[in-house]
Amino acid sequence: MKIHEYQAKEILARYGVRVPRGKVARTAEEAVAAARELGGEVVVKAQVHAGGRGKAGGVKKAAGAAEVEAIARGLLGKPLVTHQSGPRGQMVRTLLVEETLPVARELYLGMVIDRETARVTIIASGEGGMEIEELARTRPEKILKIPVHPVSGFLPSQGRRLAFEMGLSKEQAETLAGFLAGMYRAFVELDASLVEINPLVITGAGEVVALDAKLNFDDNALFRHADIEKLRDVEQEDPAEVEAAQHELSYVRLDGNIGCMVNGAGLAMATMDIIKLFGGEPANFLDVGGRTDAARVKKAFQIILSDPNVRAILVNIFGGIVKCDVIAQGVVDAVAEMGLKVPLVVRLQGTRVDIGQEILKKSGLDIIPAETMREAAEAVVAASRR
Amino acid sequence: MSILVGKETRVLIQGLGSAGKFHTGTMLEYGTQVVAAVSPGKGGTSWEKVPLFNSVHQAVRETAASASCIFVPAPGAADAVLEAFEAGVRVIVCITEGIPTLDMLKVKNILSGSAAVLIGPNCPGIITPGECKIGIMPAAIHRPGRIGVLSRSGTLTYEAVDQLTRLGLGQSTCIGLGGDPIKGLDFIEGLSLFEKDPGTDGVVLIGEIGGAAEEAAARWARQNMKKPVVAFIAGRTAPPGRRMGHAGAIIAGGKGTAAEKVSVLRECGVRVAESPADIGQQMVEALKAR
Repeated sequence: MKIHEYQAKEILARYGVRVPRGKVARTAEEAVAAARELGGEVVVKAQVHAGGRGKAGGVKKAAGAAEVEAIARGLLGKPLVTHQSGPRGQMVRTLLVEETLPVARELYLGMVIDRETARVTIIASGEGGMEIEELARTRPEKILKIPVHPVSGFLPSQGRRLAFEMGLSKEQAETLAGFLAGMYRAFVELDASLVEINPLVITGAGEVVALDAKLNFDDNALFRHADIEKLRDVEQEDPAEVEAAQHELSYVRLDGNIGCMVNGAGLAMATMDIIKLFGGEPANFLDVGGRTDAARVKKAFQIILSDPNVRAILVNIFGGIVKCDVIAQGVVDAVAEMGLKVPLVVRLQGTRVDIGQEILKKSGLDIIPAETMREAAEAVVAASRR
Repeated sequence: MSILVGKETRVLIQGLGSAGKFHTGTMLEYGTQVVAAVSPGKGGTSWEKVPLFNSVHQAVRETAASASCIFVPAPGAADAVLEAFEAGVRVIVCITEGIPTLDMLKVKNILSGSAAVLIGPNCPGIITPGECKIGIMPAAIHRPGRIGVLSRSGTLTYEAVDQLTRLGLGQSTCIGLGGDPIKGLDFIEGLSLFEKDPGTDGVVLIGEIGGAAEEAAARWARQNMKKPVVAFIAGRTAPPGRRMGHAGAIIAGGKGTAAEKVSVLRECGVRVAESPADIGQQMVEALKAR
């Protein structure tokens, strides 16, 4: 789960990370009031769940009230399109108005779980500001990585080592070590999946401040963090994906025109792949999961039917835990309610396949049946071109 | 022959809820020796003739169970794995999905270097066809034979096994490693066991986007394996930064793409199926080419 920058900064500040003075604004008037209270030059930052805001015009400096008001009106209530947001962009409802600081140096600090070592790992670089992924590709030697052992937790010596390798002074090194200790505590106490400060700046006065902050959380651990779950901003998420998640379906919208309903993430990805191999484009990834029932299958099928880009649908099920008759019933129920205007290819295999086929046959639905995955993919790609 | 589990394996069940009961039923039907189930508070009673115990320690002490199958819901699953480990269970199969990553991080660090093998979590389990099924895979598609299967995915494994069986290739042992970023048994450990197993002639490896486990496995196989390995990587069309169902299936920082995995696998002499429909056929050809 993602949260906004202002929320991440509030949390990190509680863990001892210094952030700029700032105020949240939801109207142009609030933005002006915030700027007055902060005094001097401010920066107005659009709060959306996508990176690349600066380049997209979502982060702007302003000197006076008139300028703040104009910027706020220009951002609020409009989608911001960044290179990470997708072409539709993400709606700006909230602004963060902050003091500006004279920046002498920009650094990068991040924390993620390294799956190969099974350790929370600190990633740091003296080259902040730019995208770490770009830096990892072009100058990997500029990136420092330090794994943290779960028994010891983060060690002050690790912080000092990083700081000195990045060329900081002794005082700055101690501040940085303190920030890292706080970030690590936040990571493990809140079940984060990513803590990132980019950039972390050294100000003209030599102080260390987190100019930006990003916190992502492990969805699987939200059950024990009701306070974090409350920070969710569903408006920043794709409505179809939100609806799918409410029904415990795993759905990701894509740009193609062939809707897919599959059981199991691996088979769902492989289904997308084979569609592409035959020259088609999948409209979505959808895993109906293992512990599904006819109602959930119906919901899944309705989500696919409501995507206006969908020209043909492929249902590919290899029943193990999932029973084919349950899938068939769900499809029939969904179509009964919403109708079916596009060709439907169904491939059923495995548990209770005979009963499933029988249900489809009796329904009188116009279905293109397929025996194997190859046949199914060929059929649906051909159907999508009709 | 087979790896990790066989006729002699004595299985205990942790988590006898509705899913646990259903799948324990299919395991019993298959002939798996289910010798105990742990159901705190119900010790001394039984379910479908399977004796129930209050703790794993008690179950192991009284039944000499050597493997465990865990259906405990996610919030308590890490505890269940560690309980089995502390009781001396050597093969721990964790079916549960949705376990917090930091819980698995602790489990992984505690188990590391021990003799215990964890399979999963978030996996279909392990089956040695005709002998022992521990998990949720559909039994009917499997046949005893000489091909090993290792997979990060569940239903895609069934697809591959079904193709093998239809082509007349039975399986020695099939293992679902699970779709989580931090898990127990990995590809290299699985390949190593199959390479040593005289009952296995070749291995199907099913990977997916995310992480670098397939690349590491490919390099290991080039150095250490004489038996042919056939692979398929799911997620060629997955967009970067979007999680494809499995917690581990994400292309992050431009790393973990299917294209990169396929190219490393091929460089290392592994046959890679372009299409998920050709996994079985590729194994037929790999065995011919030996």
